Amino acid sequence: MEITLRVNGVPRKADVDPRMSLLDLLRERLGLIGAKKGCDHGQCGACTVLIDGRRANSCLALAVAVDDRDITTVEGLADGDELHPLQAAFIEHDAFQCGYCTPGQLCSAEGMLGEPGPSAITEDLLTDPGLTPDEIRERMSGNLCRCGAYVNIVTAIGEVAR
Amino acid sequence: MKPFEYARAASPAEAVRGFAPGTMYLGGGTNLVDLMKLGVAEPERLLDVSRLPLDAIEQTDGDRVRVGATVRNTDLAAHPVIRSRYPMLARAVLAGASGQVRNVATVGGNLLQRTRCTYFQDVSRPCNKRRPGSGCPAIEGDHAGLAVLGASDACVATHPSDMAVALAALGADVHVTGPGGDRIIPMPGLHRLPGDEPERDTVLEPGDLITAVELPPPPPGASHYRKVRERSSFAFALVSVAAVLDVRDGAVAGCRIALGGVAHVPWRAERAEQALIGGPATGEAFLQAAETELEQAGPLPRNAYKVPLARNLIVATLEELAP
Ligand SMILES: Cc1cc2nc3c(=O)[nH]c(=O)nc-3n(C[C@H](O)[C@H](O)[C@H](O)COP(=O)(O)OP(=O)(O)OC[C@H]3O[C@@H](n4cnc5c(N)ncnc54)[C@H](O)[C@@H]3O)c2cc1C
Ligand code: SF4
Ligand code: FES
Ligand code: FES
Repeated sequence: MEITLRVNGVPRKADVDPRMSLLDLLRERLGLIGAKKGCDHGQCGACTVLIDGRRANSCLALAVAVDDRDITTVEGLADGDELHPLQAAFIEHDAFQCGYCTPGQLCSAEGMLGEPGPSAITEDLLTDPGLTPDEIRERMSGNLCRCGAYVNIVTAIGEVAR
Repeated sequence: MKPFEYARAASPAEAVRGFAPGTMYLGGGTNLVDLMKLGVAEPERLLDVSRLPLDAIEQTDGDRVRVGATVRNTDLAAHPVIRSRYPMLARAVLAGASGQVRNVATVGGNLLQRTRCTYFQDVSRPCNKRRPGSGCPAIEGDHAGLAVLGASDACVATHPSDMAVALAALGADVHVTGPGGDRIIPMPGLHRLPGDEPERDTVLEPGDLITAVELPPPPPGASHYRKVRERSSFAFALVSVAAVLDVRDGAVAGCRIALGGVAHVPWRAERAEQALIGGPATGEAFLQAAETELEQAGPLPRNAYKVPLARNLIVATLEELAP
């Protein structure tokens, strides 16, 4: 099936089998290998991208089902040579070891910063809580890091959230 | 994955007309695409209903709130009316899955997600739910996460949805349109016990499309949703409870209790509710009510822990809600 997406601002056309995931489309057909395949089942977050500005697991999205959508991958976060503040903070705070989970962490954090409202741990559902380390941990729980760089990931995101 | 066709429906009526044997509706795909990768679901045709114009949350007559079937889980939990008037529902949704999944998951798809029983998800194993008549290896095998209430000799699976537990406690109406016309199914009536037909999770017929969930006015009293799981975030419930408690002059005037993670359905604890109404709102009364409910439990060796866990969770939650 013929689909059209905007990927990191650029219109892209592709002829895809309905079985193809957005993750496979990005990696295997569009040459964007930032998003990673960890589990392929929505459980690890390594494949996180933004779909119309909202973070999502690209491994669980069928490419045909995101026809017409705006996709942002980790490759689209920086502004030319200027790193995205989250990327700069991840480097500054050593928020990775092997780096495999990092593209997903970055896209997830970018989406999370734009998500208002309470989380599962917010005491008062009626006010938007500040992004304390506990709030960041809860909101980022869909992104696993096998290297256990969590402490620095939370610090890096916390710096940008301020 | 088996090849399939993909099409998108423009209206609910078009979706129902376009439904044929072998078709499955596609919501956010967070459960269905996963099951297709595993070979558990093998549709010949996906009819994408995720872009149907059913994404509104609106007040309706009689102080009710209508939530469209394609409202994303994130948007449901973040909505001001849900946060202020149905906090138990907001909490249940927020307790489920991850930010990424909730951004995509729809209300309709959440209700119809399938069990997380590991044998169900493994096509190399028998499973009565996946292949009727093939047997249930969970009964002799790994059933640590499975049902202690209402299970049958054919299946001991649990329904994994957190949101459905809150909807069961609220008594929400599920609006359905299908080849047989429109109907309204009050929760917890959407899901069914496994009996000797575990392949049927719900009372829906082929081609039935969920269009909305309608919330009645919030019941009086304080409410809460609590979920116990193996890690503090991003895990399915071992046991969860949605509870509403209305205490007047020291006596229980109203009470709703629904349990998650313990049955093939979101389990409305009617016996416990009945035992409490009119009586004192004390820890002793809560314990007796929980025990009355759980007398009907039929745990297996490796999930027997769920019975005291459910009992303690009911008591702790009600104590928290009591003035
Ligand atoms: C890693 C992970 C962790 C999770 N953890 C939790 C958790 O802790 N708690 C929890 O509650 N859930 C959890 N989930 C499950 C998640 O909530 C569901 O996958 C999601 O709600 C399904 O919604 P969907 O729109 O993506 O449905 P889909 O996957 O699109 O569809 C699910 C089913 O519903 C049918 N369907 C969809 N829409 C309609 C409609 N309008 N009418 C009729 N049929 C329809 C489909 O045909 C399919 O059979 C988790 C999921 C993942 C991947
Ligand atoms: S408990 Fe139900 S879903 Fe699990 S193996 Fe048995 S029949 Fe299948
Ligand atoms: S690869 Fe998508 S969540 Fe793991
Ligand atoms: S840095 Fe290695 S998995 Fe996170």
